[in-house]
Amino acid sequence: MSSSVESLVNKEYKYGFVTDIESDMAPKGLSEDIVRFISARKHEPEWLLDWRLKAYRGWVKMTEPHEWPNIRYQPVDYQNLRYYSAPKTGKPFGSLDEVDPKLLETYEKLGIPLSEQKILAGVAVDAIFDSVSVGTTYKAKLAEQGIIFCSFGEAVQEHPELVRKYLGSVVPASDNFFAALNAAVFSDGSFVYIPKGVRCPMELSTYFRINTAETGQFERTLIVAEAGAHVSYLEGCTAPKRDENQLHAAVVELVALEGATIKYSTVQNWYAGDEKGRGGIYNFVTKRGKCAGANSKISWTQVETGSAITWKYPSVILQGDNSVGEFYSVAVVNGHQQADTGTKMIHLGKNTRSTIVSKGISAGQGQNSYRGLVKVLPKAAGARNYTQCDSMLIGNRCGAHTFPYIDVQNSSSSVEHEASTAKIGEDQIFYLKQRGLNTENAISMIVNGFCKEVFKELPMEFAVEAQKLLGISLEGSVG
Amino acid sequence: MLNIKDLRASAGGVEILKGINLAVRPGEVHAIMGPNGSGKSTLAQVLAGHPAYEVTGGSVTYLEQDLLDMEPEERAQAGVFLAFQYPVEIPGVSNAYFLRAAYNEIRKARGMEEVDSMDFIDLLEEKLKLVEWESEIMSRAVNAGFSGGEKKRNEILQLAVLEPKLAILDETDSGLDIDALRIVAAGVNKLRSQDRSFIVVTHYQRLLNYIVPDHVHVLSSGRIVRSGGKELALELEARGYEWVEAAEAMA
Ligand SMILES: Nc1ncnc2c1ncn2[C@@H]1O[C@H](COP(=O)(O)OP(=O)(O)OP(=O)(O)O)[C@@H](O)[C@H]1O
Ligand SMILES: [Mg+2]
Repeated sequence: MSSSVESLVNKEYKYGFVTDIESDMAPKGLSEDIVRFISARKHEPEWLLDWRLKAYRGWVKMTEPHEWPNIRYQPVDYQNLRYYSAPKTGKPFGSLDEVDPKLLETYEKLGIPLSEQKILAGVAVDAIFDSVSVGTTYKAKLAEQGIIFCSFGEAVQEHPELVRKYLGSVVPASDNFFAALNAAVFSDGSFVYIPKGVRCPMELSTYFRINTAETGQFERTLIVAEAGAHVSYLEGCTAPKRDENQLHAAVVELVALEGATIKYSTVQNWYAGDEKGRGGIYNFVTKRGKCAGANSKISWTQVETGSAITWKYPSVILQGDNSVGEFYSVAVVNGHQQADTGTKMIHLGKNTRSTIVSKGISAGQGQNSYRGLVKVLPKAAGARNYTQCDSMLIGNRCGAHTFPYIDVQNSSSSVEHEASTAKIGEDQIFYLKQRGLNTENAISMIVNGFCKEVFKELPMEFAVEAQKLLGISLEGSVG
Repeated sequence: MLNIKDLRASAGGVEILKGINLAVRPGEVHAIMGPNGSGKSTLAQVLAGHPAYEVTGGSVTYLEQDLLDMEPEERAQAGVFLAFQYPVEIPGVSNAYFLRAAYNEIRKARGMEEVDSMDFIDLLEEKLKLVEWESEIMSRAVNAGFSGGEKKRNEILQLAVLEPKLAILDETDSGLDIDALRIVAAGVNKLRSQDRSFIVVTHYQRLLNYIVPDHVHVLSSGRIVRSGGKELALELEARGYEWVEAAEAMA
């Protein structure tokens, strides 16, 4: 029996199939014409086209980030990508009965049934296939309370005033290279609006699927919670196995007004590439929330197990007094995966509070970096932050890195940072094996225990899913 | 039940066990005593299959099977249980969850149905009584922040739940206060049966007053240098290990 905690076997990616469906596609490459093409396909108003074009012109002048993040990747050939692909049969905003059965089958296979009879009770789903939304469940029921939950494209048509008011208000089009790219070419995404004082009666969820080869996915999500509103939103994602890398550059903006709460949970399981490190998704995502009103709260929870590269920093701007920002993260890298993830908590208002709990797990030859910024501005008297950043290593060829940036500009604030790195102990594994568990179950139990503080933040069904996923993504990490 | 023949094992290139012979029949209790560093824990760990030790010679048969050829979890599933000298902490995993997972793995391996958490709680309540413990302990993370004595008691609770055929207790008495020692020993005595055997590693005769052994062995520098009945432990207590070691040197 070997005592080494390394192995070569890698678990097959379960969601790697391709749906054979005819698509309406933009020609390859990126130019102002492509931006116009996308905007025209989506029958967008003039102001939105202008917004896109401005973003595009800004993007052209920016450079892809390679220096500061602790990740290595081949520069993306943006002219060799396709920026729009829609299943041909999918009516833009049709009801679910009109959706192509092949698509329904795809989601069924992914464990996301879209027919309302079968769907998980208490979860409404918006399904995004390549560039467009193929259907949203429970829309009518939510509308009874004035809640808007629809695809971004539909929101542009039906609620242009809301979209125009908040689009880019948290993540400006010029924010960074990938955010600018997204602003220019975003195709679809979800839109959520919770009116004043309404507590959304069910979990809202978007399920993203990349299907077509050489297509980037650039979705955009905007969630607005009016004063006193409350919403919990979940996001899940998968993609077929392909040899080439695929780009996913999404933007998520959250706006919480006075006393509102937004809880945003992600379970990301994009295809991570094969055992040699070929293929897999480049997950370059900008997520940011603004606690615009006093006593508001934004909480990010993420479980990142997929993608060849993950580059994302879900952040909170704590503008309202007494507002609260939270970031709970589990990031797993195995095989050749790389992750550079963390958060930014920007304290502007008085007595604002933020909590960061990051759990990084590295196995195989994976490289996992936590990068976090806590910034407290002069006016944020009495602000407090607590950061806990733990890393776990499985084997000898992986790495864990921590880059905390702390910038406190007043004297009444307190910032606390705790960090730990542990190697998964052979003695822990042996102890569990001595009690009858095999190696994989032992590791999965130890790792799940390590991630417990984050999992308890997830809605119930998702927590179970996340635990399973973690087990699967670490299978074969130890021999 | 267990037959150890000329067992040799080393760690980090150093030979620790230098030819152990030991036969344990069903229902027997064997005590193993011996000075610090003589190889008692190594023997226990080798029987359980710890990867840090390399078996360099000899054989171990357990219930007609080649024990050394089995994975640690297969040994556990076949009824080998080791109460660790230093139980390991598993942060974030509740004691109850862990113990049910272990219980079900062992049941599965034996072709039995898994039990759900409700049924398991009933079973647990009963076993907790055996070690005179409150159920609060079950919601805490496995051994995390447990006192030395609590960790040992937790090992015996696991023993009671998993009902092994061969239980190896490595210094379970160390670190227990007088009451806890009595409770743990009483628990072990209740678990004694015709078809369950024990190997009890200890430094103290005191434990053997409670758990009366059938055989006592003295391990010294990786070898069993003396075996006898329960009186041997008393003699050791009175005369120290030097006495056996000197006798061994003369032989
Ligand atoms: N994993 C290991 N690597 C190297 N040396 C080891 C290892 N395990 C044990 N040893 C050495 O082997 C010898 C026997 O150790 P062991 O723990 O078996 O003794 P013990 O009889 O249980 O002692 P104690 O009564 O103190 O518990 C010691 O010298 C110890 O340092
Ligand atoms: Mg010992």
